Amino acid sequence: MNLGLINGYAAVALLMTGLYIVLAYDNPIKRLIGLSIFQAAIFVLYISMGRIAGGTAPILAEGFEHYSHPLPHVLILTAIVVGVAMLALGLALIVRIYEEYGSIDEQHILELEREPDA
Amino acid sequence: MTPKRNNAVLRVVTKQIIPMILLFALYVQFHGEYGPGGGFQAGVIFAAGFVLYALVFGLDLASRAMPARALFRIAPLGVLLFAGVGVYSLLKGYAFLDYTAIDPHDPVHAQHLGILIIELGVGLTVFSVLLLIFYAFAGRRRADSLTHKDMG
Amino acid sequence: MSEHALLAIDAVLLVILLTTAIAIARQRNLFAAAMMTGLFSLTLACLFVLLDAMDVAFTEAAVGAGISTVLMLGALALTEYRDHPTSRGQHTLALLLCVAVGALLMLAASEWPALGDPTTPVHQHPITAHFLEQSQQEIDLPNVVTSVLSSYRGYDTLGEVTVVFTAGLAVLILLLGVRKESNNEDDA
Repeated sequence: MNLGLINGYAAVALLMTGLYIVLAYDNPIKRLIGLSIFQAAIFVLYISMGRIAGGTAPILAEGFEHYSHPLPHVLILTAIVVGVAMLALGLALIVRIYEEYGSIDEQHILELEREPDA
Repeated sequence: MTPKRNNAVLRVVTKQIIPMILLFALYVQFHGEYGPGGGFQAGVIFAAGFVLYALVFGLDLASRAMPARALFRIAPLGVLLFAGVGVYSLLKGYAFLDYTAIDPHDPVHAQHLGILIIELGVGLTVFSVLLLIFYAFAGRRRADSLTHKDMG
Repeated sequence: MSEHALLAIDAVLLVILLTTAIAIARQRNLFAAAMMTGLFSLTLACLFVLLDAMDVAFTEAAVGAGISTVLMLGALALTEYRDHPTSRGQHTLALLLCVAVGALLMLAASEWPALGDPTTPVHQHPITAHFLEQSQQEIDLPNVVTSVLSSYRGYDTLGEVTVVFTAGLAVLILLLGVRKESNNEDDA
């Protein structure tokens, strides 16, 4: 097996772990954490693609010929910040749901909704 | 959030460290062109300084140091700065966000100026939004009467 | 640093990341899960430094290990710390689905380029040379990520700032719109 592929395999494994957390658990805060792990896997994938052997960070300096590609860095920088904004919004929604229904358990809320005088 | 009483080491060390954090954030903001850094990192680190202050000394003191009213004005100011540069270029007859409109005689200098202004806008918005979100979460009382001791 | 040493440290960091992710999945106490997410972000930042992504590592350390953890703990303090148990069937179904999709993706991953391969389209495309060489004449900034972020891809950054601002606005509307502890309207 080509050892240079471990980043790709690890990214896929992290992706599936994040997806498993989202699918298997009901608690919405846990699922948001799973979503963050999912995003982190994508970050690992992109940054691994931008790297070049024998290169350095894309800051132009004397004595360096190869630089890693700046464009994946730019995209992932945007993605990280948007990810934390999404996390904050998701957590605010969860807090409001908890205050309205008294619980964040999905089954419990559905039961409360089904009662005629909720 | 009530401040704890028996944390003298934490209070003294925090008082020493917070000015360094804020200074480092300013350094990252303006040296983002020569080394790693830029608006996003600087905004987050600046907000983290105030979050640390709120965690150790209480939300009331932190709200007095950086009131939410000021943050309500800084956040749109950052976006306005960024979009304003773009509209300014439009009004001068260039494309949107084309920095040569700032200094048509020296395009490289114009790029530097443009990048400086928009990074400042980015830093302002990211700092104020993150701190406002923290204030919103930290300043909220629990809806039921449970305390932390009742929870797992 | 030789490629072998780099791959070794890379493998160790990836193992730590995967172990932390699995530990987060199995963790029932959400306080511990939030703490482990902070650890995950810090290890991710170390991995980014190893892969020559300095700006990204900076942002991930500050945002992931700093702000994200504080926000999660704040939300946990306002809701519940414990996770309600889910059925065995749901776990098994999710596991089967993830293993199946993961197997397909691993098959695809074996076709991807190796780490640091200079012959990939990412490095061969003329835009790479433009960013790394022309930016010296056009913008003259040592940090190419800043020049790409602020000048060549300035629209994306404007969109990102707007997204951050909108998210902050939405959080404020959600959390400051109706106060539980007082009956006064917010007059900001």
